[in-house]
Amino acid sequence: MDLSQSPSEQSFRAEVRAWIEKNLPEGWGTPAFKDPRTFEERVAFSKEWEAKLAKDGWVGIHWPKEYGGRGATYMEQIIFHEEMARARAPQLFINFVGTNLAGPTIMAHGSEEQKQRYLPPILSMEEVWCQGFSEPNAGSDLANVQTRAEDRGDHFVVNGQKIWTSFAHVADWCLLLCRTDTSVAKHKGLSYLLVDMKLPGIDPRPLKQITGDAEFNEVFFTDCVVPKEYLLGEMNMGWTYANTTLSHERGPAFLGHQIRFRNVLLDLFKAAQNTKRDGIPVSEHPVFRQKLAGAYAELEIMRYIGLRNITSILKHGRPGTEGSVAKLYWSHMVRRMQELALSVGGPAGALDGEDAMGRGQWQRGYLMSFAQTIAAGSSEIQKNIISERVLGMPRGETWAPREKR
Amino acid sequence: MDFDFSPEQYTLRDEARRFLEQQCPTSHVREFIDDPAGWSRDLWKQMADLGWMGLAFPESVGGLGQSFLDLVLLLGELGRAVAPVPFLSSVAQAGQVILRHGSGDQQARLLPGIASGERVATLAVAEGAGTYGDAGIETRADADGRLTGEKRYVLDAPAADLFVVAARGPAGVGWYVVEDGASVTTQRSYDITRPIGSLTLDGTPAERLAVPGLDPGLRIATAALTAEMVGTASKILDLSVSYAKEREQFGRPIGSFQAIKHKCAEMLTDLESSRSAAFYACWAVATDAEDVDLAVAVAKSYGSDALARLGGEGVQVHGGIAFTWEHDMHLYLKRIKTAEALFGDAAEHRERIAVLAGL
Repeated sequence: MDLSQSPSEQSFRAEVRAWIEKNLPEGWGTPAFKDPRTFEERVAFSKEWEAKLAKDGWVGIHWPKEYGGRGATYMEQIIFHEEMARARAPQLFINFVGTNLAGPTIMAHGSEEQKQRYLPPILSMEEVWCQGFSEPNAGSDLANVQTRAEDRGDHFVVNGQKIWTSFAHVADWCLLLCRTDTSVAKHKGLSYLLVDMKLPGIDPRPLKQITGDAEFNEVFFTDCVVPKEYLLGEMNMGWTYANTTLSHERGPAFLGHQIRFRNVLLDLFKAAQNTKRDGIPVSEHPVFRQKLAGAYAELEIMRYIGLRNITSILKHGRPGTEGSVAKLYWSHMVRRMQELALSVGGPAGALDGEDAMGRGQWQRGYLMSFAQTIAAGSSEIQKNIISERVLGMPRGETWAPREKR
Repeated sequence: MDFDFSPEQYTLRDEARRFLEQQCPTSHVREFIDDPAGWSRDLWKQMADLGWMGLAFPESVGGLGQSFLDLVLLLGELGRAVAPVPFLSSVAQAGQVILRHGSGDQQARLLPGIASGERVATLAVAEGAGTYGDAGIETRADADGRLTGEKRYVLDAPAADLFVVAARGPAGVGWYVVEDGASVTTQRSYDITRPIGSLTLDGTPAERLAVPGLDPGLRIATAALTAEMVGTASKILDLSVSYAKEREQFGRPIGSFQAIKHKCAEMLTDLESSRSAAFYACWAVATDAEDVDLAVAVAKSYGSDALARLGGEGVQVHGGIAFTWEHDMHLYLKRIKTAEALFGDAAEHRERIAVLAGL
């Protein structure tokens, strides 16, 4: 065991830290700074911030140099995310799909023309991407995608509906997983298109979320004519390519996330110290004190889990057993932490927005925490994966309607 | 960055598992459960021959000169086997306390017997207050080092001939070694695989260990316990998963039902998160890391809750069969529930975390 950092890692950390200090938006982190709350405000803010990152080469640092990245090592990526989190710098928002999902997928499976066409505007922030995977009937069961792309010789005609598509209403391009062959097993008949969101027949409709914001969308495709050149790789290989995309949903940002959650918890500690219950600060109330300390312990453990995962990736190129349990662990950890946050306020938890403790950040945080246990593989799917692939337990019997049983 | 054990450390783990599966099946463990002071001297002798007792002691006292980290996986294996031997208390706890707190002379006198397995040592910390820290220590040491007080929950007390006692002397709380004259009362241990006793000290002669304070010794002892707990819990999970794959109801293995599969997945999550915490705590005590106090409190508070929960779910997955005396599950369950309570339970360590986190 050796948890020390190499000299080159230390100097990379110093470089990142210096850039952040110099470039954080003015007033950021001070009470005077009115941070963006609505989706529109956040888009405008993140476009400006991410363009600044892009200009100095801090977007897509994990991309190879030949595609404009820095070719950063795995440890450098981790350090980058850690430092951004430590400085409470804004998280990658509008360009997340482009740099983390679209870029690596196109690099892995795209033609040379496609790489030349699509990759540079991602890094330069000129084009925003969205991910058209989920559908009303293809969530946990993603291979059940029903959106059809009919092959009409020199073009496809796309019909169907996507859902939970973040940024679709502000995106220029879409990673579209759709069905091109209905005669084969469901995961064998999918193809992967790169679709221009300005094409006629695409209708993104913002979906108002549980928080009241509209960050994601339903996207309707009606007789949308998509040129053949938008096909990624080969026909009916979409499932393989989709898995490339999904494998990039989680990665070196793990420890950065841990630090961001830690920032949230430390804010909660302050709130607990400044809120009284029966005349004493909530932080000194034995029951809350135990719960707050318990949350701190769980958060520390997320870091230790991260260290084990990183070690496994550095040694074996993939996370070990720990990788599959990590998401289940931290997503529920966040849920518990946000539940605790609301309870710290006591009856003040009944208020929202400007009237609430922390301008409603705890109310919003609580609702947003459900995303963690639902998105990117719900907890129930994670538990199936863990029990079947890690513990080797038998797959469940396929359900059939009563008359067929 | 390398947060993992070395190939050699894994080799030792594998060898230990093979050895214990052969020499310490639960049929052997059960030979001692009707005798509250009983422990396996045969197994102890074989372990000594393998050199395990001396592993983490310096060569100057007859050890092999390895680090505390070399004990971690071994402790896990002994926990898996619920081995009825005082390895944790003598080697990983009392021995490490003497190593960290004893003067060169004290180490030279006290450690060779522990490192060879000829002597059995144990820690005596808790008292009526039931806590494991300075505040809970009322046993007094007078200016001559004579101890007076009552020590409770002393692991392997009936087996021990050397007690390392936490006591309050003229210069504050520290460790004292009692070789003769302590009155040991064997108590009925909830963990029927590990004897427990209390200690009455009444002007009992003792020698103060040179380095004052309970830490780093107490931290190391606590981290060692978490390493053992993870091993016991891993056995509970393994047994539960294999049982769920074999046991059929409604014409299919119960392990194909999501109610059972998901429970097992949660057990693995509890195990792996506790394991990460225990390993980190052990790394922190071995290297005197900056955050060592926090790391140990995190590992013991979280592990106490999560692993005891895992133990309970292990019984539940088995159903009625685990409710019988014949089935081994209760051996593991009682080990983990007892470990939960000792060396600071979850609540005690969480209060420590609260202080360390600035609450």
